[in-house]
Amino acid sequence: MIEIKDLHKSYKMGSNSLHVLKGINFNVQEGELVSIMGSSGSGKSTLLNILGMLDEADSGSYTLDGLPIKNLNEKIAARYRNKFLGFIFQSFNLISYKSALDNVALPLYYQGVKSKERLDVAMSYLEKVGLADWAGHLPNELSGGQKQRVAIARALASNPKVLLADEPTGALDTKTSYEVMDLIQGINDEGRTILIVTHEHDIAEMTRRIVNLKDGVIIDDSKVNQVRALSNV
Amino acid sequence: MFSKDNWSEIIEALTSNWFRTVLTAFGVLWGIFILVILLAAGKGLENGVKQGFGGMATNSMFMWAQTPSKPYKGLPKGRRYNFKTGDVEAIKQNVPNLRFVSPRNQLGGFGGANNVVRGLKTGAFNVYGDYPEVIQQEPMDITSGRFINYSDIEDNRKVAIIGEGVIKDMYDPGEDIIGSYIKINGVNFMVIGSYKKKGNNGNPEENQKQIFVPFTAFSQAFNMADNVGWMAITAEDGSSITSLKTQVFDVIKSRHSLHPEDDRAIGNFDLYEEFSKINGLFVALKAVAYFVGILVLLSGIIGISNIMLIVVKERTNEIGVRRALGATPWNIRGQILMESIFLTIISGMAGIVLATGVIALVNMQLEGVDTSTMMFANPSVDLGVVFVALSILIISGLLAGLIPAQNAIKIQPVDALRTE
Repeated sequence: MIEIKDLHKSYKMGSNSLHVLKGINFNVQEGELVSIMGSSGSGKSTLLNILGMLDEADSGSYTLDGLPIKNLNEKIAARYRNKFLGFIFQSFNLISYKSALDNVALPLYYQGVKSKERLDVAMSYLEKVGLADWAGHLPNELSGGQKQRVAIARALASNPKVLLADEPTGALDTKTSYEVMDLIQGINDEGRTILIVTHEHDIAEMTRRIVNLKDGVIIDDSKVNQVRALSNV
Repeated sequence: MFSKDNWSEIIEALTSNWFRTVLTAFGVLWGIFILVILLAAGKGLENGVKQGFGGMATNSMFMWAQTPSKPYKGLPKGRRYNFKTGDVEAIKQNVPNLRFVSPRNQLGGFGGANNVVRGLKTGAFNVYGDYPEVIQQEPMDITSGRFINYSDIEDNRKVAIIGEGVIKDMYDPGEDIIGSYIKINGVNFMVIGSYKKKGNNGNPEENQKQIFVPFTAFSQAFNMADNVGWMAITAEDGSSITSLKTQVFDVIKSRHSLHPEDDRAIGNFDLYEEFSKINGLFVALKAVAYFVGILVLLSGIIGISNIMLIVVKERTNEIGVRRALGATPWNIRGQILMESIFLTIISGMAGIVLATGVIALVNMQLEGVDTSTMMFANPSVDLGVVFVALSILIISGLLAGLIPAQNAIKIQPVDALRTE
């Protein structure tokens, strides 16, 4: 599903440049649940941004489901993001003046789906994350766990090939974290490819494969025995 | 771009901060309000002044014979001559695009000796010998009876149309005037109608103290032979009397052996020229109204632009999320532009409505009042002005949104999401 070869990325910080990714080689098969770990500054967020087409690599190749991702203009990048990727953020990033339902429907809005159909689809995803009763509520009327579940529903709404989660449990307490992870595991069980960036070991243990990043290179990439989140709740 | 979804997006975004939206909108509302009110006030002044012309055919001039200042064809300067009735036909035939050529004779006048007698009453009035067309050049309301017609002219009927002022002086209140006789310089004329003049040019009171009789009867009764005192000439709409009058003068000059370059031999008053000057004033007034109005509007527009900049800044995160979810740069730019245009148009419309409300109020107040002496009447804006204002609004909304929209698409999703 994802193929990355010899990826380099550096940032210009004034006069000196910061070499963040130093040759990453990395493949993800369809249906995998991968966690990317590393201390802050290891380049894991940068890697996720490149995977999410929010940022572009300096060199190296990135192929998503057979499509080379290279030199995209903004318009095409936006379309690819909309069609292929679903984002889950640490700080949820729900639009504050839109109801939960409208938030979930937003990716479909940018696909040009008709209003009625859009809301139907959004509703079905809200049901999936167990928040159908909260559809009309604004984000600030929801708890942190609920917000993240709305965000997950939103990421799923456009039926993307890959879910990218940047510290999805970073702003949640342990119990809610596990609930959210349970949801993510459930989605993965249905065959969806999911990448999670995290620095929490217990969260990483709940994925099927852990990729360790340090100073811009992968130091370890191993499959693990998945710990079911539900058993920890 | 104009789908229902888009509108609900825009309205959602604008209503998320009501108070600020209203405050911002007020700037534009105020600008367009001032613009419309200024234009309406200018129009009111224009209406008032033009009302002063009393609906007179403004494309007219009056001309009369003066003494020649140059000798010509053996005739000396300083001699006296008169227009003749034949001149009228000659002008009509030789000069195109003239609507009316009315010869006029006049008797008596303000401050003159008493020239009209009826029973025991006497009075001094202006008496005019006229053709029926005069009523179109110098409009008056016929309050009873009728005006002169061509039968009167052909039959030399001794009939008269008298003003309201004459009636007041010469008749007892309630007396029937039609069919009564008045004696003008010793000659009896039958009264067949009365008039009331509009407008306030000249002396409004004196204007009502005039007597009109048929030109031919006047000439016969008062021994004018074929002399013509002066002429009122009106050009067709679409050609100005100012450009035609030299041709008229040329006809007169050749018929009366006047030196072709003797401009002093014929006196004239060009109403159109005077009118054009006043018109120029109103054009200037309108320009000032637009200038001031648009400047005030501009400050409102800058307010909107400012707020949109803040909105973009505030929604950096939201815009980043939208980009991550698949919004193209045009989606974002379009939304910011539409928000700005929408806000401008809505507040502008409110301003127009408010201004027309105020104008309607003023008109209501003016309704009962006689505006003829106020130089101000019926302030109004026509639909054209509203359309101009609307297009100004759309363009300015677009301009107001342009910089903020450009700022918005400069936001990279990564940066936006990193602001936490």
